[in-house]
Amino acid sequence: MIIIRLFYEFFIIGLFSVGGGLATLPFLYDLSARTGWFTEIDVVNMLAVSESTPGAIGVNMASYVGYTTAGIPGSIVATIALVSPSVFIIIIIARFLKKFRENELVQSAFYGLRPASTGLIAAAGFGVMKVSLLSLENWSVSFMEIFNWKEIIIAVVLFIVIMKYKKHPVFYIILAALVGILFHLGT
Amino acid sequence: MKELLHLYLTFCKLGAVTFGGGYAMLPILQREIVEKRNWATNEEITDYYAIGQCTPGVIAINTSTFIGEKRKGTIGGIVATLGFITPSIVIITIIASFLQNFADLSIVKDAFAGIRVCICVLIIQAVIKLLKNSVVDRITAILFVVVLLFSSFTTISPIIFVIIAGITGVLVKNWGGKVQ
Repeated sequence: MIIIRLFYEFFIIGLFSVGGGLATLPFLYDLSARTGWFTEIDVVNMLAVSESTPGAIGVNMASYVGYTTAGIPGSIVATIALVSPSVFIIIIIARFLKKFRENELVQSAFYGLRPASTGLIAAAGFGVMKVSLLSLENWSVSFMEIFNWKEIIIAVVLFIVIMKYKKHPVFYIILAALVGILFHLGT
Repeated sequence: MKELLHLYLTFCKLGAVTFGGGYAMLPILQREIVEKRNWATNEEITDYYAIGQCTPGVIAINTSTFIGEKRKGTIGGIVATLGFITPSIVIITIIASFLQNFADLSIVKDAFAGIRVCICVLIIQAVIKLLKNSVVDRITAILFVVVLLFSSFTTISPIIFVIIAGITGVLVKNWGGKVQ
């Protein structure tokens, strides 16, 4: 009954991920560790596809994970599950809009939630770093072998380029794909 | 019924032309919903965004639900949201099935190894941007560091952090006095 499990997992993700598309990322890492449905590397690849295709990132990630786990029904179920909590909550809030915004309890909760959400995304970013810039399994060989130097140099260059020219992420993702093919990063 | 279909198709279109959701969607919403259809005012859209940021879930979804609800009540909210997610499901399913067949090609592996480096950089930059709005004083800085460390080096569920951080926010703001 993987479909029911998928619905449950993504409903919970939809309920607890606060603040934008990347907020689902830490939850997907957690899901991958608990279920083994997909690997950490899969998560990063899915994120790349989700950022390069139309639609909200969180929604695309749910469609992708759902498809990987249980085919087309999985894709539909995971996506609907992800958005269900927001639909419930927003329909209720729509009834007393102004009061909600000015509610001090809500505002103070978000004072704490925002840095926590950023911390979770940063930790997920650290996870992405582990699979893309480091080879931790080489720690027994030598300390220097842990670092994928080629990738690290490309990352630094990309960082500077992105800071300077603020183009759409898709542009840099395609660029990075070409660089990857050129330098045979995957093999 | 005709109105619901119109609502569904409008949000289908929005889902298909929005890259990245969130703020990337704002100019498209203003053009399609405010200027072309008069379904909401600019002020309302701003309100929806503000609420979207302090409710669970993806902001683009929250905004779709809001506008749908305003037009046609509860069913309108559901229909607009379903419209918005339809293109994602279709496009991602096609790409995912395509990639599954080509994942073992070395050119695809190389490309994704390069892309992962890029994703790494994009996340770092997103975090830098988020820090400006979320870490505003000493307490929020401590919360950020604690969550970052514990989430990186333990297997504690993100849900636990979200709940504790929300409670901490309420406690500090309401009973913490003037802590800066």
